[in-house]
Amino acid sequence: MAEGAGEEKKKFSIWDLPDVPVGQLPPHLELQRSRVSCNKDAPIHTESIQYSGAYASMGIDNSSRLDRFSNNFRVEVVRLNEDDMEFDMIGIDAAIANSFRRILIAELPTMAIEKVLIANNTSIIQDEVLAHRLGLVPIRVDPRLFDYLSENDQPNEKNTVVFKLHVQCKRGSPRITVKSDALKWLPNGSELVKETRNATSDSSSKPETYTYFGCSQETIPEFVKNPIIPKYPDIIIAKLGPGQEIELEAHAVKGIGKTHAKWSPVATAWYRMLPEVVLLEDIEDDLAEELKSKCPVNVFDIEDLGKGRRRATVARPRACTLCRECIRGDDWEKRVALRRVKDHFIFTIESTGALPPEVLFTEAVKILEDKCERVITELS
Amino acid sequence: MEHGFFTDNSAATFSLTDEDHTIANAVRFTLNQDPRVTFCGYSIPHPSEARVNIRVQTTGGAVFDASQYAFFGNDVLEEVELGGLDDEDEDLPAAGLDEEEFLFDQEEKF
Repeated sequence: MAEGAGEEKKKFSIWDLPDVPVGQLPPHLELQRSRVSCNKDAPIHTESIQYSGAYASMGIDNSSRLDRFSNNFRVEVVRLNEDDMEFDMIGIDAAIANSFRRILIAELPTMAIEKVLIANNTSIIQDEVLAHRLGLVPIRVDPRLFDYLSENDQPNEKNTVVFKLHVQCKRGSPRITVKSDALKWLPNGSELVKETRNATSDSSSKPETYTYFGCSQETIPEFVKNPIIPKYPDIIIAKLGPGQEIELEAHAVKGIGKTHAKWSPVATAWYRMLPEVVLLEDIEDDLAEELKSKCPVNVFDIEDLGKGRRRATVARPRACTLCRECIRGDDWEKRVALRRVKDHFIFTIESTGALPPEVLFTEAVKILEDKCERVITELS
Repeated sequence: MEHGFFTDNSAATFSLTDEDHTIANAVRFTLNQDPRVTFCGYSIPHPSEARVNIRVQTTGGAVFDASQYAFFGNDVLEEVELGGLDDEDEDLPAAGLDEEEFLFDQEEKF
């Protein structure tokens, strides 16, 4: 009771306290800014704090400038196969990552069959169903070598790829399955002859077909060694019983996924934020064993401390699927914290085969650039 | 196309056709990071129509500084190293633009 008025006032400034970092956010705010906390019921702090004056009262500049971005931004490729790729993008925000994902799915051009000219179809698969199935077959050709075909253009060797399918199941033979390797590439264009009104005149010249190829596509250097074929030869297109026949010609053109999903160059493309699993207190012995067995993807490991004591450690946080098994049950939320790093994205791209995934991503970046340029030119 | 630009040059609404969330969200995020911007948001008036409205309000006096966009043409960041597997040739597209794409001296007459 003796304190109070009689006590000498100590002069101190709160900024002299050692654990308030100056020029940096205090740890709890930094956690809020850069991590999504995945609690048992729902994640919190999911929005990204992009307003430049968000921490102005603390004297911290939340704005981003190009030089700071280019210093901090990194791309690290984790896995790269012929058809799929997993890489990390560190230092960007969800808005840009989502833009790349959307462009990969919907705005990268590919070649896919669009027009099917059916000469004969006595199978039980209806014409339109057959045409629909043919459209979905992925074709192994680089779409950058072709132009778009608009309504006023004539189909020529620069904007169309022609395939032929002619299969027949003879009477007496067993049923056959028509697979996508039955599609034969016609480098010289369409072979179906158009009916002309005046059939008497110019019977000496070449009959008019549905495409107007100036030269054979085989002469284009890229196709000399790699003929254009469907990427997967074992896709079932139709099944024929005895006596049934399919004879058709399919024209493939360039398009983007926005118009129809058959022109999407990726099977899918997705991203997730890097998981961060933090043990808030030391977990030892029995609790450690329990924790290790709880996790279905083996994120945790036991390390020996000697003298028979064991401690749990986080070995593979990247594998965490956020199933929240480790925080189920009483008290576990106090011991384990599940978080996600807001600016570290693990991107996975699975290509359907027209272009390799790393080319797909660089093309997506180019397309985003083109969009921005278009906006800038319109504004100026 | 810009609306509401002439009366108050610190704020404007930009209406872009043939665009959607892909570019609008990215632009909104980047603009919000700029310290001269007080407000930035976008909206899509109707989902069936490919049009997006981006609203920007600034602190005023922000001059359109063309030099910031140098990275599109000239100072391409060639030194971005891709870590990990090194069988990729990441040649950043130089966009091939000799003249500046922000055509100051040419007015587009609508």
